[in-house]
Amino acid sequence: MSEARTPKIVMEGVRKVFRGHDGRETIALNGVDLTIYENEFVCVVGPSGCGKTTLLNIIAGLENATDGQITLNGEKIIGPGNDRGVIFQQYALFPWRTVRGNIEFGLQYLRKREDRVEKDPKTGEERVRTVYRRYTKEEKHALSDKYMKMVDLTDFAGSYPKELSGGMKQRVAIARGYAISPQVLLMDEPFGALDAQTRAQLQEDLLRTWEQEKRTCFFITHDVEEAVLLASRVVIMSARPGRVKEIVPIDLPYPRNQATKLLPEFNAYKNRIWENVYQEYLEVKK
Amino acid sequence: MSIIPGRETPPAPKARKLKDFGEGSGTVRTATMVLSLLGGILVWWFLSLLPGVGSILAGPQDIIRRALPELLNDGATGEFEAYLLIKHIYWSFRRVLGGWAIAFLCAIPTAFLMGWYRTFRNIVDPWIQFFRTIPPIALIPMVILLMGTGEKAKITVIFITSFLVMTVTVYQGVRNIDMTLVKAAYTFGASDLSIFAQVVIPYSFPFILTAARLGVSTALTTLIAAEMTGTFYGLGSMIQTAQIYFRMDKVLLGIICIGAIGFVLDRLLLLAEKRFTRWK
Repeated sequence: MSEARTPKIVMEGVRKVFRGHDGRETIALNGVDLTIYENEFVCVVGPSGCGKTTLLNIIAGLENATDGQITLNGEKIIGPGNDRGVIFQQYALFPWRTVRGNIEFGLQYLRKREDRVEKDPKTGEERVRTVYRRYTKEEKHALSDKYMKMVDLTDFAGSYPKELSGGMKQRVAIARGYAISPQVLLMDEPFGALDAQTRAQLQEDLLRTWEQEKRTCFFITHDVEEAVLLASRVVIMSARPGRVKEIVPIDLPYPRNQATKLLPEFNAYKNRIWENVYQEYLEVKK
Repeated sequence: MSIIPGRETPPAPKARKLKDFGEGSGTVRTATMVLSLLGGILVWWFLSLLPGVGSILAGPQDIIRRALPELLNDGATGEFEAYLLIKHIYWSFRRVLGGWAIAFLCAIPTAFLMGWYRTFRNIVDPWIQFFRTIPPIALIPMVILLMGTGEKAKITVIFITSFLVMTVTVYQGVRNIDMTLVKAAYTFGASDLSIFAQVVIPYSFPFILTAARLGVSTALTTLIAAEMTGTFYGLGSMIQTAQIYFRMDKVLLGIICIGAIGFVLDRLLLLAEKRFTRWK
């Protein structure tokens, strides 16, 4: 099976060094090699400060790697772009936009490919011209309707973020990320700030959404259970400086839901990964 | 030695009512505010009736009996200029509004440029901080030399002070921008210009409205200084002239007029703020 997979994001020797105000250097990432394949769900776990978020920011194009290279579809990532959607832990919704307005935010930067048949005014010949045009208001509306429905927020189309609960805000952010149909979804502990029940529900929602519309997902979490539930592969990172310590494929069948957690295999995976991560926590303590 | 008998059981805990930090009912609020104003006028009137105080402090009755008939008549007797108070208010209002409006229009682009371009910020910021601490009265000799004693001079004084206050306030808002929102916009492929239009401007909008309100109050506080550049018409000059003739009734009337103008303008801007920042 693994031979048939096409690599989506390839990281080779990615290093990131931060220089503090006193000139002291902190190595956040020390040679990360990782390949993420198309439509797979990768979860990254590791002790805090191991450079998970830095890695995500580099993939998103929000930060540059000090060394090494990182490609998307074989092309070097040189900056942020809407082929990658990012979902932040702090939701990052625009408070002055309604739920619909937030979901439609990214659509204004998308261009739609359209082939137009035109008549040459001189020769009278018909020819096809490819144009990239903006989305019309109706098209944006249709898309925001679709994704609001997907996250069950149709009734809140006109609400402002301040009127929503944390879980609802994160659902808007997920819908906003999905709406631009990115090739890759990058999620930085998106459920970290939510309570256990909301978190469980959003995990199921995310799984359902992902099964409906397969995307390549890169999901950061510090919750091992969450990682095993969602991921097709779990990447364990070592304590600072961050490196890939181990990659654990999770061979549990999709569709998964909270009941998956009751499977004995689930617990085996969880314990194995947890033990590994715990060692890294101990490293940090030392 | 006597033994004071202690209590057998501790007192039963009472249900605790927590402090209500809300606004409370609207009618109660309005009623309290009106009562407070009426009460204040009553105290003022009472004080002015006291023999010792009354000779210095004019009371509301003096304003109604003396100041108003002098300042608000149709000029039929020929003793006083017709509708003088209206003219004073008109000219002062014009200066305040003019200086404030020009300052507002200049402050917004300046603040955004300062927030957006580091070089511009580094060039402009020391000057703004320098002029900000100078009291407007100190500027008057310079202003008179440069602009004369006409309307331009008065508007300039008001402009300078309210411009500085508004620029600093809007600039704080722009600098305060939530970087997560900027990052989010970048990940959607927004250009720098688009980030400015779609994120920075809406984010700073509440600060712009706060700046407008601060600007109005600054403009009004500078009015007296502005009218020290020489004029007959204007509430500030009315107060200064009345002071020379020891007409406390006119001084107090001038104060009341300036306060009322400020109150009305502030309320209007507050309404605009509520209307345009419902998302906040």
